[in-house]
Amino acid sequence: MQLLKFIQQPWHWSVSGLLIGLTVPVLLLLGNKAFGISSSLRHICAACFPADITFFKYDWKKESWNLFFVGGIVIGGFLAGHFLQDGNDIQVAAATQERLANYGVHDYSALLPPEIFSWSNLFTWKGGIFFVLGGFLVGFGTRYAGGCTSGHSIMGLSNLQWPSLVATCCFMAGGFFSANLLIPYFFKWFN
Amino acid sequence: MKNIKFLVAGIFFGIVLVKAQVISWFRIQEMFQLTSFHMYGVIGTAVVTGIISLQLIKRFNMKTIAGEPISVTPKKFDKGQIFGGLIFGLGWAITGACPGPLFAQIGTGFTVVGITLLSAIAGTWVYGAVQSRLPH
Repeated sequence: MQLLKFIQQPWHWSVSGLLIGLTVPVLLLLGNKAFGISSSLRHICAACFPADITFFKYDWKKESWNLFFVGGIVIGGFLAGHFLQDGNDIQVAAATQERLANYGVHDYSALLPPEIFSWSNLFTWKGGIFFVLGGFLVGFGTRYAGGCTSGHSIMGLSNLQWPSLVATCCFMAGGFFSANLLIPYFFKWFN
Repeated sequence: MKNIKFLVAGIFFGIVLVKAQVISWFRIQEMFQLTSFHMYGVIGTAVVTGIISLQLIKRFNMKTIAGEPISVTPKKFDKGQIFGGLIFGLGWAITGACPGPLFAQIGTGFTVVGITLLSAIAGTWVYGAVQSRLPH
């Protein structure tokens, strides 16, 4: 039980980073697989809606390990979310809390703010922006970039690939623009 | 059956994503508002760990557990890394998630993120449909 209590605390960034980084050699040693998660979205398209598009005409079953891996992430998320949390509020920087208060976000009891991420917002502007538009940009952008944070920023940088460094810098640039210019305006205009 | 080990690896990875709080929309806002070191620490440590691991695998010519050789395909540059990267970045800050965390967020009980995931799949599909008309 001591051990469980220990695990239930939020983990330090160095421990977290070490374990995430170790995913790279683990997947290589388990079966020569390159760490990368956004490919799973392509495999889902290829498996379910190929629609005669060249980009989805390949043997996705050969890459099915990737679908098992993301299925595992859902299960892991469930286990950690239900059994490995200490029940305390998430500690967020005061300056960010101040800005989020302007957005009407005050609930820090979970990893995501329920004021935004709840079913009741699905058919409001929040659902349109945070679920539909945001998700579309993630899916379109990662495939266009040929990878996401895992494939480029972790796997690609680990293998010292300069195209992955370019991609990572662009991820960050887009994120800075979005978080500091777009999101505040969304709340100003629509809220 | 050979895929079960990847399911197990995914379970561990999902647990780590939640405990690292990198699936938190709050942590992503902090990262892009430069108000916390947390995300930079996590990603930086992960990259350093990955670099050292790959160097060891290459130096000692390590094999997979089935005895097969390990090879990593190099990434080729194209303009997609710039345009696509910027587009993904916009979505990353909005959703507070890259593709991996989307799956973990759903697992923790934010089932509405399933809509985000469906939209991400739609985005991938649209990219596939218009790929030949985009600058690369």
